[in-house]
Amino acid sequence: MIGLVVVSHSGTLADGVAELAGQMAPDVRIVPSGGDGSGGLGTDYLAVAEAISQADTGDGVVVLFDLGSAKMVAEMAAEESAGEVLVVDAPLVEGAVAAAVAAQGDAGLPQVAAAASGAASVGAESVGSSAEPETARTPEAADGSTVDSVSAEVLLTNEVGLHARPAALVARSLTGLDARVVVRFGDQEADATSVLALMGLGAPGGGRVEVTATGPDAPEALRRVTALAARDFDE
Amino acid sequence: MGCTAERVAEALRAVARVVAEHREELVRLDREIGDGDHGENLNRGFTALVSKLDGDVPGTPGAVLKSAATTLISVVGGAAGPLYGTAFLRAATSVGDAAELDAGAVAGALRAALEGVVARGKAAVGDKTMVDALTPAVAAASSVAATGGDVAGVLAAAAEAAEQGAESTVPLVARKGRASYLGERSAGHLDPGARSTALLLRTLAGSAR
Repeated sequence: MIGLVVVSHSGTLADGVAELAGQMAPDVRIVPSGGDGSGGLGTDYLAVAEAISQADTGDGVVVLFDLGSAKMVAEMAAEESAGEVLVVDAPLVEGAVAAAVAAQGDAGLPQVAAAASGAASVGAESVGSSAEPETARTPEAADGSTVDSVSAEVLLTNEVGLHARPAALVARSLTGLDARVVVRFGDQEADATSVLALMGLGAPGGGRVEVTATGPDAPEALRRVTALAARDFDE
Repeated sequence: MGCTAERVAEALRAVARVVAEHREELVRLDREIGDGDHGENLNRGFTALVSKLDGDVPGTPGAVLKSAATTLISVVGGAAGPLYGTAFLRAATSVGDAAELDAGAVAGALRAALEGVVARGKAAVGDKTMVDALTPAVAAASSVAATGGDVAGVLAAAAEAAEQGAESTVPLVARKGRASYLGERSAGHLDPGARSTALLLRTLAGSAR
């Protein structure tokens, strides 16, 4: 499983980001490395190098950073590391969450890195997507006929709705399936494999969402999502 | 006379003294357009380096430079740690295990240091960074070495060019580092990294006389 390292000038910030990302990825090693090593703001090369070796289970590590010099320290430590390490330029919070969820779903190093670096655009899409023109609610093939898709209306009976942890469970449950799953709430929709997009819907407890799955594994994908919701996302 | 390990160590001790003397100045410059830690960080790094050299001076100039690199990387922090650390590391690699450095080796080490800094920080001339001091220094050093100058001459030319290069950062708008967040407001200030680079080269030149 891919590990994560969060490098920040601030120990508090690194710890907080690791905590937040860890909530959605209980099995991923997420190691924070913040501060100058003596209680002040800064970055500590040796601490970052140590964090990388702690995070590495042998499959590789993705390193996220906050500001410029943290990147340089991370890159030096990555070059010196014996394992496979990618330093990824991504928004720190969103990137860490997206990477953690991808790692939890057993994604490989390039996929986890891509999840982190793609987090910015995902966040941007999920915010304010209500302004987008009405899109077809059922995917259509080129000839106008509908392709294989299944959908279900799901009542969110859990307390927090599609908040962070439930969203992470939904995204993770779809790992490995060949299906495109869209969750619709009100006039917004989100790719169900994106935790951030799901959270961006703001679907609260008691809300109703429509889940539509398309592709060869669509029935299984729909079954997994509805089963999660039926179990109140294991809350 | 060539430049032995002992002389390189002596020069680095002199750099540590100069950095300590200019700590306040570097902190002030960095407060104006950065995070204010440059003087403090460099001072901490070179102080640690002196302690290390007091314990043991490695046998070759390259080994002394490498020892400086690892100390600076681990102790300095901030951007200066990786940048100066990489500079010293590349310089160490460039001189190999020669027992003494001649003018050509010193000029070559400076060029390697510049290449390392550029690779690490991705800055170019005009970005308002230490590259603005180091680039003309390398050109001047190479030209003196190529025309038969000695180590002292190479370093004196490098120091002179670095000082001018550092001054040239004053009107620039920063495009790299923390100062780049200030945009236009970074103009009108001397870049602290370029200043420390010039100080370092001036001190090396003084030690080589």
